[in-house]
Amino acid sequence: MDLLEPLQSGIERRALLEVALLGGFCGALGFWVTSFRLSYPAESLAHGLLPGLVVAALAGLPLLLGAAGGVAVAAAVVALAGRDPRIGSDSATAVAVTGMLGLGGLLALAPDAPARLEELLFGDPLGVSDGDLVAAGVLALLGGAAMIALQRPLTAVALDAGGALALGIRPTAVRLALLGLLAAALSVAVQGLGSLLVLAVLVAPAVAVRGHVASPVRAMAAAGAVAIAAGVAGIYASHLLGSAAGASVALALCLAALAGAALPSRNARSVRRDAGASVGGQAARALGDAGARSRASQ
Amino acid sequence: MSGPAAGGATGGERGANGTAVRVHDLSLAYGGGPVLEGVDFSLAAGESLCVLGPNGGGKTTLLRALTGELAALRGSADVAGRPAYLAQTERTRLDFPVSALDVALMGSLANGRWWLPARRSDRAAARAALARVGLEDRAGVRFGELSGGQRQRVLLARALVQDAAVLLLDEPLAGVDPASAERIATLFAELRDEGRTLLVSTHDVDSARDFDRVLCLNRRQVAFGEPASVLTRTALEQTYGSEIVVLEDEGGAGPVRAIAVQHHAH
Repeated sequence: MDLLEPLQSGIERRALLEVALLGGFCGALGFWVTSFRLSYPAESLAHGLLPGLVVAALAGLPLLLGAAGGVAVAAAVVALAGRDPRIGSDSATAVAVTGMLGLGGLLALAPDAPARLEELLFGDPLGVSDGDLVAAGVLALLGGAAMIALQRPLTAVALDAGGALALGIRPTAVRLALLGLLAAALSVAVQGLGSLLVLAVLVAPAVAVRGHVASPVRAMAAAGAVAIAAGVAGIYASHLLGSAAGASVALALCLAALAGAALPSRNARSVRRDAGASVGGQAARALGDAGARSRASQ
Repeated sequence: MSGPAAGGATGGERGANGTAVRVHDLSLAYGGGPVLEGVDFSLAAGESLCVLGPNGGGKTTLLRALTGELAALRGSADVAGRPAYLAQTERTRLDFPVSALDVALMGSLANGRWWLPARRSDRAAARAALARVGLEDRAGVRFGELSGGQRQRVLLARALVQDAAVLLLDEPLAGVDPASAERIATLFAELRDEGRTLLVSTHDVDSARDFDRVLCLNRRQVAFGEPASVLTRTALEQTYGSEIVVLEDEGGAGPVRAIAVQHHAH
Protein backbone atom coordinates (compact mmCIF):
# COMPACT_ATOMS: atom_id res chain seq x y z
CA MET A 1 0.00 0.00 0.00
CA ASP A 2 1.13 3.54 -0.59
CA LEU A 3 1.82 5.00 2.86
CA LEU A 4 0.83 8.43 1.67
CA GLU A 5 -2.51 7.29 0.32
CA PRO A 6 -4.59 8.21 3.38
CA LEU A 7 -2.96 11.66 3.31
CA GLN A 8 -4.46 12.29 -0.11
CA SER A 9 -7.97 12.09 1.25
CA GLY A 10 -9.01 15.24 3.05
CA ILE A 11 -11.12 13.23 5.48
CA GLU A 12 -8.27 11.02 6.55
CA ARG A 13 -5.81 13.91 6.70
CA ARG A 14 -8.12 15.61 9.17
CA ALA A 15 -8.53 12.38 11.13
CA LEU A 16 -4.75 12.00 11.39
CA LEU A 17 -4.38 15.61 12.54
CA GLU A 18 -7.16 15.11 15.10
CA VAL A 19 -5.63 11.96 16.63
CA ALA A 20 -2.18 13.59 16.66
CA LEU A 21 -3.40 16.72 18.49
CA LEU A 22 -5.59 14.81 20.94
CA GLY A 23 -3.06 12.01 21.38
CA GLY A 24 -0.16 14.33 22.15
CA PHE A 25 -2.05 16.15 24.89
CA CYS A 26 -4.23 13.38 26.31
CA GLY A 27 -1.37 10.87 26.28
CA ALA A 28 0.84 13.21 28.31
CA LEU A 29 -2.01 14.17 30.65
CA GLY A 30 -2.68 10.45 31.15
CA PHE A 31 0.64 10.10 32.97
CA TRP A 32 -0.73 12.41 35.68
CA VAL A 33 -4.20 10.85 35.61
CA THR A 34 -2.69 7.43 36.35
CA SER A 35 -0.12 8.82 38.82
CA PHE A 36 -2.93 10.40 40.86
CA ARG A 37 -4.97 7.18 40.57
CA LEU A 38 -7.72 8.95 38.65
CA SER A 39 -8.30 6.28 35.97
CA TYR A 40 -11.61 5.16 37.46
CA PRO A 41 -12.92 8.71 38.07
CA ALA A 42 -11.85 9.56 34.49
CA GLU A 43 -13.80 6.61 33.13
CA SER A 44 -16.82 7.62 35.21
CA LEU A 45 -16.76 11.16 33.84
CA ALA A 46 -16.29 9.96 30.25
CA HIS A 47 -19.32 7.67 30.46
CA GLY A 48 -21.39 9.99 32.65
CA LEU A 49 -21.15 12.87 30.20
CA LEU A 50 -23.22 11.01 27.57
CA PRO A 51 -26.58 12.65 28.47
CA GLY A 52 -24.94 16.06 27.97
CA LEU A 53 -23.70 15.03 24.53
CA VAL A 54 -27.09 13.61 23.54
CA VAL A 55 -29.01 16.68 24.71
CA ALA A 56 -26.64 18.90 22.72
CA ALA A 57 -27.05 16.69 19.64
CA LEU A 58 -30.86 16.74 19.98
CA ALA A 59 -30.96 20.50 20.50
CA GLY A 60 -28.53 21.18 17.66
CA LEU A 61 -26.04 22.79 20.02
CA PRO A 62 -22.26 22.39 19.63
CA LEU A 63 -21.24 18.97 21.00
CA LEU A 64 -18.34 20.59 22.87
CA LEU A 65 -20.88 22.53 24.93
CA GLY A 66 -22.86 19.37 25.66
CA ALA A 67 -19.72 17.45 26.62
CA ALA A 68 -18.51 20.21 28.96
CA GLY A 69 -21.93 20.45 30.61
CA GLY A 70 -22.13 16.67 30.80
CA VAL A 71 -18.74 16.45 32.55
CA ALA A 72 -19.79 19.08 35.09
CA VAL A 73 -23.09 17.29 35.86
CA ALA A 74 -21.39 13.87 35.96
CA ALA A 75 -18.72 15.16 38.36
CA ALA A 76 -21.41 16.60 40.65
CA VAL A 77 -23.49 13.38 40.56
CA VAL A 78 -20.43 11.21 41.27
CA ALA A 79 -19.34 13.50 44.12
CA LEU A 80 -22.84 13.47 45.66
CA ALA A 81 -23.29 9.70 45.21
CA GLY A 82 -19.98 9.03 46.94
CA ARG A 83 -21.01 10.88 50.08
CA ASP A 84 -23.03 8.04 51.55
CA PRO A 85 -20.57 5.99 53.64
CA ARG A 86 -22.99 3.03 53.83
CA ILE A 87 -22.64 2.40 50.09
CA GLY A 88 -19.01 3.24 49.49
CA SER A 89 -17.87 5.67 46.83
CA ASP A 90 -16.85 3.10 44.18
CA SER A 91 -20.22 1.29 44.22
CA ALA A 92 -22.10 4.59 44.34
CA THR A 93 -20.06 5.87 41.40
CA ALA A 94 -20.71 2.69 39.39
CA VAL A 95 -24.49 2.97 39.91
CA ALA A 96 -24.56 6.72 39.20
CA VAL A 97 -22.49 6.37 36.02
CA THR A 98 -24.48 3.41 34.67
CA GLY A 99 -27.62 5.41 35.36
CA MET A 100 -26.32 8.36 33.36
CA LEU A 101 -25.18 6.12 30.52
CA GLY A 102 -28.67 4.61 30.49
CA LEU A 103 -30.29 8.04 30.49
CA GLY A 104 -28.10 9.08 27.55
CA GLY A 105 -29.08 5.93 25.66
CA LEU A 106 -32.77 6.45 26.43
CA LEU A 107 -32.70 10.00 25.06
CA ALA A 108 -30.69 9.04 21.99
CA LEU A 109 -32.80 6.03 21.11
CA ALA A 110 -36.10 7.95 21.34
CA PRO A 111 -38.10 7.37 18.09
CA ASP A 112 -37.76 10.95 16.86
CA ALA A 113 -34.06 11.36 17.73
CA PRO A 114 -31.52 11.60 14.92
CA ALA A 115 -29.46 8.41 14.57
CA ARG A 116 -26.21 9.67 16.01
CA LEU A 117 -25.91 7.52 19.11
CA GLU A 118 -23.29 5.29 17.58
CA GLU A 119 -21.05 8.26 16.87
CA LEU A 120 -21.52 9.63 20.37
CA LEU A 121 -20.67 6.28 21.99
CA PHE A 122 -17.84 5.09 19.79
CA GLY A 123 -16.61 8.30 18.21
CA ASP A 124 -15.84 9.01 14.58
CA PRO A 125 -12.41 10.50 13.92
CA LEU A 126 -13.23 10.48 10.19
CA GLY A 127 -16.16 12.79 10.83
CA VAL A 128 -14.31 15.63 12.57
CA SER A 129 -15.29 19.14 11.59
CA ASP A 130 -13.07 22.21 11.31
CA GLY A 131 -14.48 23.28 14.65
CA ASP A 132 -13.38 19.98 16.23
CA LEU A 133 -9.86 20.48 14.88
CA VAL A 134 -9.71 24.02 16.23
CA ALA A 135 -10.92 22.78 19.65
CA ALA A 136 -8.28 20.03 19.65
CA GLY A 137 -5.58 22.53 18.68
CA VAL A 138 -6.59 24.99 21.39
CA LEU A 139 -6.71 22.15 23.93
CA ALA A 140 -3.26 20.90 22.93
CA LEU A 141 -1.81 24.43 23.09
CA LEU A 142 -3.41 25.85 26.26
CA GLY A 143 -3.77 22.54 28.08
CA GLY A 144 -0.21 21.61 27.20
CA ALA A 145 1.11 24.95 28.48
CA ALA A 146 -0.87 24.55 31.73
CA MET A 147 0.37 20.99 32.20
CA ILE A 148 3.99 22.02 31.68
CA ALA A 149 3.59 24.91 34.12
CA LEU A 150 2.04 22.57 36.69
CA GLN A 151 4.65 19.87 36.21
CA ARG A 152 6.77 20.64 39.31
CA PRO A 153 3.84 20.97 41.75
CA LEU A 154 2.24 17.83 40.28
CA THR A 155 5.49 15.93 40.82
CA ALA A 156 5.86 17.16 44.41
CA VAL A 157 2.25 16.24 45.31
CA ALA A 158 2.38 12.85 43.56
CA LEU A 159 5.49 11.89 45.51
CA ASP A 160 4.49 13.14 48.96
CA ALA A 161 1.51 15.44 49.54
CA GLY A 162 2.51 16.31 53.11
CA GLY A 163 6.01 17.33 52.07
CA ALA A 164 4.60 19.36 49.17
CA LEU A 165 2.31 21.26 51.54
CA ALA A 166 5.32 22.17 53.68
CA LEU A 167 6.95 23.54 50.50
CA GLY A 168 4.02 25.92 50.02
CA ILE A 169 2.25 23.81 47.37
CA ARG A 170 -1.44 23.22 48.14
CA PRO A 171 -2.20 19.58 47.19
CA THR A 172 -5.95 20.25 46.97
CA ALA A 173 -5.44 23.08 44.49
CA VAL A 174 -3.05 20.96 42.42
CA ARG A 175 -5.56 18.06 42.33
CA LEU A 176 -8.35 20.44 41.32
CA ALA A 177 -6.21 21.87 38.52
CA LEU A 178 -5.52 18.34 37.29
CA LEU A 179 -9.24 17.51 37.39
CA GLY A 180 -9.91 20.69 35.41
CA LEU A 181 -7.44 19.61 32.72
CA LEU A 182 -9.02 16.15 32.70
CA ALA A 183 -12.50 17.64 32.25
CA ALA A 184 -11.28 19.81 29.37
CA ALA A 185 -9.52 16.85 27.74
CA LEU A 186 -12.63 14.64 28.01
CA SER A 187 -14.92 17.36 26.65
CA VAL A 188 -12.84 17.79 23.51
CA ALA A 189 -11.58 14.24 22.95
CA VAL A 190 -14.99 12.60 23.39
CA GLN A 191 -16.03 13.94 19.99
CA GLY A 192 -13.27 12.08 18.23
CA LEU A 193 -13.29 8.85 20.21
CA GLY A 194 -16.73 8.71 21.78
CA SER A 195 -17.93 8.29 25.33
CA LEU A 196 -16.94 4.63 25.60
CA LEU A 197 -13.53 4.73 23.92
CA VAL A 198 -12.11 8.13 24.91
CA LEU A 199 -10.56 6.66 28.04
CA ALA A 200 -8.13 4.66 25.89
CA VAL A 201 -6.22 7.76 24.83
CA LEU A 202 -5.99 8.98 28.43
CA VAL A 203 -4.93 5.81 30.20
CA ALA A 204 -3.40 3.37 27.71
CA PRO A 205 -0.31 5.42 26.69
CA ALA A 206 0.56 6.08 30.34
CA VAL A 207 0.29 2.35 31.07
CA ALA A 208 2.53 1.65 28.08
CA VAL A 209 5.36 3.91 29.27
CA ARG A 210 4.94 3.53 33.04
CA GLY A 211 7.82 1.15 33.71
CA HIS A 212 10.22 2.58 31.16
CA VAL A 213 10.75 6.22 32.07
CA ALA A 214 13.10 7.96 34.50
CA SER A 215 11.31 11.26 35.03
CA PRO A 216 7.84 12.82 34.80
CA VAL A 217 8.93 15.00 31.86
CA ARG A 218 10.10 11.96 29.93
CA ALA A 219 6.95 10.08 30.90
CA MET A 220 4.78 12.90 29.49
CA ALA A 221 6.83 13.05 26.28
CA ALA A 222 6.86 9.27 25.83
CA ALA A 223 3.14 8.86 26.58
CA GLY A 224 2.28 11.66 24.15
CA ALA A 225 4.45 10.04 21.46
CA VAL A 226 2.94 6.59 22.05
CA ALA A 227 -0.58 8.07 21.81
CA ILE A 228 0.20 9.85 18.54
CA ALA A 229 1.85 6.74 17.05
CA ALA A 230 -0.99 4.44 18.10
CA GLY A 231 -3.59 6.95 16.90
CA VAL A 232 -1.97 7.19 13.47
CA ALA A 233 -1.59 3.40 13.34
CA GLY A 234 -5.29 3.07 14.16
CA ILE A 235 -6.34 5.39 11.34
CA TYR A 236 -4.11 3.50 8.88
CA ALA A 237 -5.51 0.18 10.09
CA SER A 238 -9.06 1.40 9.60
CA HIS A 239 -8.12 2.57 6.10
CA LEU A 240 -6.54 -0.79 5.24
CA LEU A 241 -9.12 -3.05 6.84
CA GLY A 242 -12.15 -0.85 6.39
CA SER A 243 -12.75 -1.08 10.15
CA ALA A 244 -14.43 1.60 12.29
CA ALA A 245 -11.87 4.36 12.81
CA GLY A 246 -12.63 5.20 16.47
CA ALA A 247 -12.55 1.57 17.55
CA SER A 248 -9.36 0.94 15.53
CA VAL A 249 -7.62 3.84 17.30
CA ALA A 250 -8.80 2.63 20.72
CA LEU A 251 -7.59 -0.91 19.98
CA ALA A 252 -4.21 0.33 18.73
CA LEU A 253 -3.82 2.32 21.97
CA CYS A 254 -4.69 -0.72 24.08
CA LEU A 255 -2.27 -2.91 22.13
CA ALA A 256 0.45 -0.33 22.85
CA ALA A 257 -0.43 -0.53 26.56
CA LEU A 258 -0.22 -4.34 26.46
CA ALA A 259 3.14 -4.23 24.69
CA GLY A 260 4.51 -1.63 27.10
CA ALA A 261 3.36 -3.58 30.13
CA ALA A 262 4.77 -6.84 28.75
CA LEU A 263 8.27 -5.45 28.12
CA PRO A 264 10.59 -5.84 31.12
CA SER A 265 10.47 -2.53 32.97
CA ARG A 266 13.27 -0.54 34.58
CA ASN A 267 11.64 -1.28 37.92
CA ALA A 268 11.53 -5.04 37.38
CA ARG A 269 15.15 -5.07 36.28
CA SER A 270 16.22 -3.14 39.35
CA VAL A 271 14.06 -5.23 41.67
CA ARG A 272 15.82 -8.36 40.42
CA ARG A 273 19.18 -6.66 40.80
CA ASP A 274 18.36 -5.50 44.32
CA ALA A 275 16.81 -8.76 45.51
CA GLY A 276 20.05 -9.88 47.12
CA ALA A 277 20.85 -6.44 48.46
CA SER A 278 17.43 -6.14 50.09
CA VAL A 279 17.91 -9.38 52.06
CA GLY A 280 21.25 -7.97 53.16
CA GLY A 281 19.55 -4.69 54.05
CA GLN A 282 17.02 -6.48 56.23
CA ALA A 283 19.80 -8.35 57.98
CA ALA A 284 21.68 -5.09 58.57
CA ARG A 285 18.50 -3.51 59.91
CA ALA A 286 17.93 -6.44 62.27
CA LEU A 287 21.53 -6.14 63.47
CA GLY A 288 21.03 -2.40 63.93
CA ASP A 289 17.91 -3.02 66.03
CA ALA A 290 19.74 -5.60 68.13
CA GLY A 291 22.58 -3.12 68.56
CA ALA A 292 20.18 -0.43 69.72
CA ARG A 293 18.64 -2.84 72.23
CA SER A 294 21.99 -3.91 73.63
CA ARG A 295 23.06 -0.26 73.89
CA ALA A 296 19.82 0.43 75.72
CA SER A 297 20.42 -2.40 78.14
CA GLN A 298 23.95 -1.35 79.03
CA MET B 1 17.88 33.25 49.78
CA SER B 2 21.00 31.41 50.90
CA GLY B 3 21.69 27.95 49.61
CA PRO B 4 22.22 24.99 51.89
CA ALA B 5 25.98 25.19 51.52
CA ALA B 6 25.98 28.73 52.89
CA GLY B 7 24.45 27.46 56.16
CA GLY B 8 22.48 29.45 58.68
CA ALA B 9 18.72 29.45 58.97
CA THR B 10 16.76 32.33 57.56
CA GLY B 11 16.94 34.48 60.66
CA GLY B 12 14.34 37.00 59.59
CA GLU B 13 11.61 34.38 59.74
CA ARG B 14 12.06 33.77 63.44
CA GLY B 15 9.97 35.54 66.04
CA ALA B 16 11.46 38.65 67.58
CA ASN B 17 11.81 36.89 70.93
CA GLY B 18 13.53 33.89 69.32
CA THR B 19 10.52 31.59 69.67
CA ALA B 20 10.49 29.12 66.79
CA VAL B 21 7.47 27.00 67.72
CA ARG B 22 4.59 27.91 69.98
CA VAL B 23 1.76 25.47 70.62
CA HIS B 24 -1.00 26.59 72.95
CA ASP B 25 -3.75 24.35 74.38
CA LEU B 26 -3.94 22.45 71.08
CA SER B 27 -6.57 19.80 70.34
CA LEU B 28 -6.69 17.97 67.00
CA ALA B 29 -9.20 15.70 65.27
CA TYR B 30 -9.78 13.97 61.96
CA GLY B 31 -13.45 14.84 61.53
CA GLY B 32 -14.62 12.94 64.65
CA GLY B 33 -13.67 13.36 68.30
CA PRO B 34 -10.24 14.67 69.33
CA VAL B 35 -7.31 12.31 68.78
CA LEU B 36 -4.85 14.56 70.60
CA GLU B 37 -5.63 17.03 73.37
CA GLY B 38 -4.05 19.60 75.65
CA VAL B 39 -0.73 20.04 73.87
CA ASP B 40 1.05 23.13 75.17
CA PHE B 41 4.74 23.88 74.72
CA SER B 42 7.13 26.25 73.02
CA LEU B 43 10.62 25.98 71.60
CA ALA B 44 13.26 28.66 71.18
CA ALA B 45 15.11 28.89 67.88
CA GLY B 46 17.91 26.33 67.79
CA GLU B 47 16.31 23.98 70.31
CA SER B 48 15.68 20.33 69.49
CA LEU B 49 12.62 18.41 70.60
CA CYS B 50 12.11 14.64 70.78
CA VAL B 51 8.46 13.60 70.49
CA LEU B 52 7.77 10.24 72.16
CA GLY B 53 4.59 8.20 72.21
CA PRO B 54 3.01 4.91 71.22
CA ASN B 55 1.57 4.21 67.77
CA GLY B 56 -1.66 6.18 67.53
CA GLY B 57 -0.46 8.44 70.36
CA GLY B 58 -0.57 11.56 68.18
CA LYS B 59 3.03 12.11 67.07
CA THR B 60 2.31 12.30 63.35
CA THR B 61 -0.93 14.19 64.03
CA LEU B 62 0.98 16.92 65.89
CA LEU B 63 3.55 17.26 63.08
CA ARG B 64 0.74 17.51 60.50
CA ALA B 65 -0.82 20.33 62.52
CA LEU B 66 2.51 22.16 62.56
CA THR B 67 2.76 21.97 58.74
CA GLY B 68 -0.71 23.48 58.50
CA GLU B 69 -2.22 20.35 56.93
CA LEU B 70 -4.51 19.75 59.91
CA ALA B 71 -6.54 22.61 61.39
CA ALA B 72 -6.76 22.96 65.16
CA LEU B 73 -9.98 21.82 66.81
CA ARG B 74 -9.02 24.08 69.71
CA GLY B 75 -6.01 26.20 70.58
CA SER B 76 -3.22 27.16 68.21
CA ALA B 77 0.02 25.93 66.67
CA ASP B 78 2.41 28.55 65.32
CA VAL B 79 5.72 28.00 63.57
CA ALA B 80 8.16 30.78 62.64
CA GLY B 81 8.45 30.64 58.86
CA ARG B 82 7.47 27.65 56.78
CA PRO B 83 8.73 24.38 58.30
CA ALA B 84 10.24 21.54 56.30
CA TYR B 85 8.38 18.26 56.73
CA LEU B 86 9.85 14.79 56.34
CA ALA B 87 7.08 12.21 56.28
CA GLN B 88 7.77 8.58 57.15
CA THR B 89 9.31 7.37 53.93
CA GLU B 90 6.74 4.61 53.49
CA ARG B 91 4.20 7.40 53.07
CA THR B 92 6.00 8.55 49.92
CA ARG B 93 5.29 6.99 46.53
CA LEU B 94 8.06 4.58 45.64
CA ASP B 95 6.84 3.68 42.14
CA PHE B 96 6.93 7.29 40.94
CA PRO B 97 9.67 8.07 38.40
CA VAL B 98 11.81 10.71 40.12
CA SER B 99 15.54 10.68 40.81
CA ALA B 100 17.21 11.57 44.10
CA LEU B 101 18.25 14.88 42.52
CA ASP B 102 14.65 15.61 41.43
CA VAL B 103 13.46 15.14 45.02
CA ALA B 104 16.18 17.36 46.49
CA LEU B 105 15.35 19.95 43.82
CA MET B 106 11.73 20.09 45.05
CA GLY B 107 13.05 22.08 48.02
CA SER B 108 13.40 25.09 45.71
CA LEU B 109 9.61 25.13 45.23
CA ALA B 110 9.54 26.93 48.58
CA ASN B 111 10.86 30.02 46.73
CA GLY B 112 7.53 30.31 44.93
CA ARG B 113 7.86 30.40 41.10
CA TRP B 114 6.45 26.86 40.91
CA TRP B 115 5.37 27.39 37.30
CA LEU B 116 8.94 27.93 36.07
CA PRO B 117 11.62 25.29 35.51
CA ALA B 118 14.26 24.96 38.21
CA ARG B 119 17.08 27.48 37.87
CA ARG B 120 20.73 26.60 37.48
CA SER B 121 21.37 27.89 41.01
CA ASP B 122 18.56 25.64 42.33
CA ARG B 123 20.24 22.64 40.70
CA ALA B 124 23.58 23.60 42.24
CA ALA B 125 21.91 23.90 45.65
CA ALA B 126 20.26 20.49 45.23
CA ARG B 127 23.59 18.89 44.28
CA ALA B 128 25.31 20.55 47.25
CA ALA B 129 22.57 19.29 49.58
CA LEU B 130 22.91 15.73 48.22
CA ALA B 131 26.66 15.95 48.79
CA ARG B 132 26.04 17.09 52.33
CA VAL B 133 23.93 13.99 53.09
CA GLY B 134 26.59 11.83 51.40
CA LEU B 135 24.59 10.88 48.33
CA GLU B 136 26.20 12.91 45.53
CA ASP B 137 27.00 9.68 43.70
CA ARG B 138 23.34 8.57 43.85
CA ALA B 139 21.88 11.78 42.34
CA GLY B 140 20.58 10.03 39.22
CA VAL B 141 19.14 6.98 40.98
CA ARG B 142 15.38 6.56 41.12
CA PHE B 143 14.06 7.56 44.58
CA GLY B 144 12.16 4.29 45.04
CA GLU B 145 15.30 2.24 44.37
CA LEU B 146 17.21 3.77 47.28
CA SER B 147 17.31 2.12 50.70
CA GLY B 148 15.04 3.48 53.44
CA GLY B 149 17.96 5.30 55.04
CA GLN B 150 19.09 6.81 51.75
CA ARG B 151 15.53 7.98 50.99
CA GLN B 152 15.43 9.66 54.39
CA ARG B 153 18.71 11.41 53.59
CA VAL B 154 17.33 12.57 50.21
CA LEU B 155 14.31 14.06 52.02
CA LEU B 156 16.75 15.76 54.40
CA ALA B 157 18.54 17.17 51.35
CA ARG B 158 15.18 18.55 50.14
CA ALA B 159 14.77 20.24 53.55
CA LEU B 160 18.30 21.69 53.22
CA VAL B 161 17.43 23.16 49.81
CA GLN B 162 14.25 24.57 51.32
CA ASP B 163 16.51 26.20 53.93
CA ALA B 164 13.78 26.02 56.58
CA ALA B 165 14.38 27.35 60.08
CA VAL B 166 12.18 24.62 61.57
CA LEU B 167 12.36 20.95 60.54
CA LEU B 168 9.63 18.42 61.37
CA LEU B 169 10.83 14.82 61.06
CA ASP B 170 8.48 11.88 61.46
CA GLU B 171 10.40 8.82 62.69
CA PRO B 172 13.46 9.60 60.56
CA LEU B 173 15.40 6.66 61.97
CA ALA B 174 12.73 3.95 61.64
CA GLY B 175 14.03 1.11 59.48
CA VAL B 176 17.22 3.02 58.63
CA ASP B 177 20.51 1.20 58.13
CA PRO B 178 23.24 1.98 60.71
CA ALA B 179 25.42 3.92 58.24
CA SER B 180 22.54 6.21 57.31
CA ALA B 181 21.49 6.56 60.96
CA GLU B 182 24.98 7.77 61.87
CA ARG B 183 25.02 10.23 58.98
CA ILE B 184 21.57 11.55 59.93
CA ALA B 185 22.59 11.97 63.59
CA THR B 186 25.66 13.98 62.53
CA LEU B 187 23.47 16.15 60.29
CA PHE B 188 21.04 16.81 63.15
CA ALA B 189 23.93 18.10 65.27
CA GLU B 190 25.10 20.35 62.41
CA LEU B 191 21.60 21.70 61.83
CA ARG B 192 21.25 22.54 65.53
CA ASP B 193 24.61 24.30 65.46
CA GLU B 194 23.28 26.41 62.58
CA GLY B 195 20.44 27.57 64.79
CA ARG B 196 17.69 25.49 63.22
CA THR B 197 14.91 24.03 65.33
CA LEU B 198 14.31 20.29 65.05
CA LEU B 199 11.19 18.35 66.04
CA VAL B 200 11.82 14.63 65.75
CA SER B 201 9.30 11.91 66.51
CA THR B 202 10.77 8.53 67.39
CA HIS B 203 10.20 5.17 69.03
CA ASP B 204 13.72 5.19 70.44
CA VAL B 205 13.25 6.28 74.06
CA ASP B 206 16.97 6.00 74.69
CA SER B 207 17.84 8.56 72.02
CA ALA B 208 15.59 11.15 73.70
CA ARG B 209 18.37 11.98 76.18
CA ASP B 210 20.32 13.71 73.41
CA PHE B 211 17.64 16.34 72.77
CA ASP B 212 17.15 19.68 74.50
CA ARG B 213 13.48 18.94 75.21
CA VAL B 214 11.25 15.88 75.30
CA LEU B 215 7.49 15.81 74.66
CA CYS B 216 5.53 12.70 75.66
CA LEU B 217 2.18 12.16 73.91
CA ASN B 218 -0.49 9.55 74.45
CA ARG B 219 -3.62 11.07 72.91
CA ARG B 220 -2.85 14.02 75.22
CA GLN B 221 0.30 15.72 76.44
CA VAL B 222 1.75 13.58 79.23
CA ALA B 223 4.94 15.54 79.87
CA PHE B 224 7.19 18.22 78.41
CA GLY B 225 10.57 19.49 79.55
CA GLU B 226 14.24 18.64 79.76
CA PRO B 227 15.09 14.95 79.34
CA ALA B 228 16.21 14.58 82.96
CA SER B 229 12.85 15.75 84.28
CA VAL B 230 10.62 14.09 81.67
CA LEU B 231 12.16 10.65 81.24
CA THR B 232 10.83 9.31 84.53
CA ARG B 233 9.30 5.91 85.13
CA THR B 234 5.92 7.51 85.89
CA ALA B 235 5.84 9.66 82.75
CA LEU B 236 6.99 6.83 80.48
CA GLU B 237 4.42 4.44 81.95
CA GLN B 238 1.71 7.03 81.39
CA THR B 239 2.95 7.48 77.82
CA TYR B 240 3.40 3.89 76.77
CA GLY B 241 1.31 1.91 79.28
CA SER B 242 2.29 -1.75 79.18
CA GLU B 243 4.49 -1.17 76.13
CA ILE B 244 7.34 0.26 78.19
CA VAL B 245 10.15 -1.82 79.67
CA VAL B 246 12.27 0.11 82.17
CA LEU B 247 15.83 -1.17 82.04
CA GLU B 248 17.57 1.05 84.55
CA ASP B 249 16.17 3.33 87.21
CA GLU B 250 18.65 5.28 89.28
CA GLY B 251 16.04 5.96 91.93
CA GLY B 252 14.53 9.29 91.10
CA ALA B 253 17.60 11.28 90.02
CA GLY B 254 18.26 11.54 86.29
CA PRO B 255 16.41 9.96 83.39
CA VAL B 256 15.59 6.26 83.43
CA ARG B 257 16.70 3.98 80.60
CA ALA B 258 13.84 2.24 78.88
CA ILE B 259 12.70 0.79 75.59
CA ALA B 260 9.23 0.93 74.14
CA VAL B 261 7.98 -2.41 72.84
CA GLN B 262 5.89 -1.41 69.86
CA HIS B 263 3.00 -3.51 68.72
CA HIS B 264 2.97 -2.67 65.04
CA ALA B 265 -0.35 -2.88 63.30
CA HIS B 266 1.26 -3.47 59.91
